[in-house]
Amino acid sequence: MSREWIAITVAALFTFLTRFSFIALSGRWTPSKRLCRALQFVPVAVLCAIIAPEVLSPTGSILPLFSNPRIPAAIVAILIAWKWRSTLGAIAAGMALFWLFKL
Amino acid sequence: MDSETGRLQEFLNGVRDEAPILIGVAPFGMIYGVLAVSAGLSTLAAQSMSFILFAGSAQFILARLIADSASLMVMVMTVFVVNLRHALYSASVAPYVARLPLRWKFLLSYLLTDEAYAVTIRRFAVSGVTPLGHWYFLGAGLTLWSCWQASTAVGVFLGSQIPPSWGLDFTLALTFIAIVVPLIADRAMLVCAVVAALAALLFAFLPMKLGLLAAAAAGIVAGFWSDR
Repeated sequence: MSREWIAITVAALFTFLTRFSFIALSGRWTPSKRLCRALQFVPVAVLCAIIAPEVLSPTGSILPLFSNPRIPAAIVAILIAWKWRSTLGAIAAGMALFWLFKL
Repeated sequence: MDSETGRLQEFLNGVRDEAPILIGVAPFGMIYGVLAVSAGLSTLAAQSMSFILFAGSAQFILARLIADSASLMVMVMTVFVVNLRHALYSASVAPYVARLPLRWKFLLSYLLTDEAYAVTIRRFAVSGVTPLGHWYFLGAGLTLWSCWQASTAVGVFLGSQIPPSWGLDFTLALTFIAIVVPLIADRAMLVCAVVAALAALLFAFLPMKLGLLAAAAAGIVAGFWSDR
């Protein structure tokens, strides 16, 4: 089995067990408020840790700030997502600007 | 009420309440399909991931990590932490499914996604524990599942037609921006976001994407610390 299949299978198993965890316990243990709060930070931290290098150093080293089309595209996407909460609007406007700057 | 028609009625109620959410889910599934293929996954692997992992944002991340030759440990750990929130959903629906047989618990756990949870818990909170509530959960869950599989398939097909020169891989960053920005609701979340982003650039030299886990940990600690 190749690497991608092993990764998909093991990740799927972990995900299933996470979803099954408390359902299996039938409500005999509930997570504390502190743990719930800590878990809220997880998606924000992971996603931001992925976004930053994708925008600023897509080739491995930080690109010159003024010739990197990903930066204005990301800024526009942030503004649209913040102001209108529109997922598709943010993606579409970001891609449009990205292509425009690449021309 | 005849329990046979009662089940069907509950199932259809779940389908009906889940349906409006599909407008947002279908494009997301298509974008995943396009991205997974342009990241270099085989069409079979891209589609299978929707089937066996069945977890929106985690699939985007895993597709990218596979393309970036991350280590197996980093891939599994990252998906695990990204999906940890599902443990909270599990805890929250547990009282409502506690009396079901194990096969139902397996099935509903598999279907426990963000979108199915959001719809189902709203209903459970109003109706309380009812004898047929799990049919509602099943209706909502299967509706989302069908939409995700179908939209992924469309995306995988489109992705295999689009040349890499279009730079579609950048939609990953934009998609995540659109997901994460509304989550940043207070100062602690903002601290978490900024620290994670800066740490990711700082730790980028670490091999096999280990920097991703280190940066995420730094962000979580910083956010939690600034919260007090």
